Amino acid sequence: MIVAKRKPINEIAEMLAPYKKVTVVGCRSCVAICLAGGEKEVKMLVSALKVKNKKDGKKQQIEGFVVERQCEKEWIKEVEEKVLESDVTLSMACSLGAQTIGDMYPSHLTFPGLNTGMFGVPEEQGVWSEKCVGCGNCIIHTTGGICPIARCAKSMLNGPCGGSSNRKCEVNLEVDCAWAAIYDRLKIQNRLDLIDKVTPAKDWSTSHSGGRRVYVREDAKLTPHQKKGREGVQ
Amino acid sequence: MKAGSNLEKVLESGKFAVTAEIGPPQSANPAPLTHHAKMLKGFAEAFNLTDNQTAVVRLSSIASAVIIMREGVEPVIQMTCRDRNRIALQSDLLGAAALGVKNVLCLTGDHQIFGNEKGAKNVFDFDSIVELQVFDQLRREGKQVGGEVIKDPPKAYLGCAENPFATPYEFRVSRLAKKVVAGADFCQTQAIFDMDMFEKWMDEVRSRGLDKKIHILAGVIPMKSAGAARYMKNKVPGMIVPNHIVDRMKNAKDPKEEGIKLCVEQIEHLKSVKGVHGVHIMAVAWEEMVPRIVEMAGLHPRPTVE
Repeated sequence: MIVAKRKPINEIAEMLAPYKKVTVVGCRSCVAICLAGGEKEVKMLVSALKVKNKKDGKKQQIEGFVVERQCEKEWIKEVEEKVLESDVTLSMACSLGAQTIGDMYPSHLTFPGLNTGMFGVPEEQGVWSEKCVGCGNCIIHTTGGICPIARCAKSMLNGPCGGSSNRKCEVNLEVDCAWAAIYDRLKIQNRLDLIDKVTPAKDWSTSHSGGRRVYVREDAKLTPHQKKGREGVQ
Repeated sequence: MKAGSNLEKVLESGKFAVTAEIGPPQSANPAPLTHHAKMLKGFAEAFNLTDNQTAVVRLSSIASAVIIMREGVEPVIQMTCRDRNRIALQSDLLGAAALGVKNVLCLTGDHQIFGNEKGAKNVFDFDSIVELQVFDQLRREGKQVGGEVIKDPPKAYLGCAENPFATPYEFRVSRLAKKVVAGADFCQTQAIFDMDMFEKWMDEVRSRGLDKKIHILAGVIPMKSAGAARYMKNKVPGMIVPNHIVDRMKNAKDPKEEGIKLCVEQIEHLKSVKGVHGVHIMAVAWEEMVPRIVEMAGLHPRPTVE
């Protein structure tokens, strides 16, 4: 899932300072699971901002809402009125949610309440770790199911580097060396031969290096007739 | 001959080689390089010019190489993958070759978190093994990684580094084998303090016949103090410094002299290890000690091979 962190309250307050009427919109998807921008976090932020405003003697109207998935236009329609009647919308979704609102209402101000960090997984309560960088050409069947591009600080294809000590990464001694983990995993799978071969240069054109990616599934697209029908229903 | 460098000639003739390091300055002043080149000339086959080592911004390794070449000293340029993508790496190889640089050491590179530009965006388009493979193909076939075949390919004698003391230990010789397949001609190891562990690594290197396919130059670092020994033991990732060495430095009346003595003893020992074809002396910020160490280790004068 997409893992994000809330911005510091002072940074948010500063962003919102010039505006009288603020709509905060959270999201019930990834950012709710990672405890950054779900229903509870929206409520907490709204009351924290109100307390701060009271203390600072500042008048500002703040209201909070949550949608199911902020990256999909259909769900944003639910809060359209609240968004448009405000001076600014603070998105408590990942940047995808914030940008979806921004793209739908281009003349309206939409600001980010979160810093979007990574594609990660919850390791335990309160701990999330990065496991994918979306390179667009998955190779984990050759690396014991562990992604060296996301999990090695140097994205090495032929690791581990010379800084791996006690199977930890030199960049952060709390983090496991991805290549030590790959070695151990392939060893128990009896597939070490996979990393005895040189992995050649990777083609990064499927990643962000190839420019912004737009995936089109022709078979899933609606025909103009179907689109018209959908609009009619709405 | 692949590039016809002095280092290549000595190693390929089966003689015991010596390489050392010259750290480029953190300034635009070429004087420290010229100074060290004059002082060190004739005490090693070639000198590594580090490439923004530990991610600290320094005078570039290729520029440094040209500066020491003016003094008649042969360079080994280090080229890391941290700051250059495949376009820049291949371009710099062509440029270095055109300037007369013949020895190239392929490295993945220290992460920028260790340096003085922590906010940098790193590249890591390649790792050192991919870099070797691409450079080897370029020198042999004139073929770039993207497929384009060029005229006048670069000549280069290609090196790599390997660390027998990093985890997982069981994979370290396999990793050297990958570097051999990728095209490395010589290998400079991480500094060796744990001789038993190094010899175990060399046993496996020999049993896999790798010593016949790549020239191994054993790395040594002369230490100035017990503090330096402790620092390397505790703070440098992938480095093993046994307690007896830390104690020896701690108990020494003159730690600097002891550091030199220890380094010379290590070289003497390494000369006797089968499959070791040379030493690489990394006198970090202590380059002026290299001539003494080389002399004391009985490695001076250096051979001339035509």
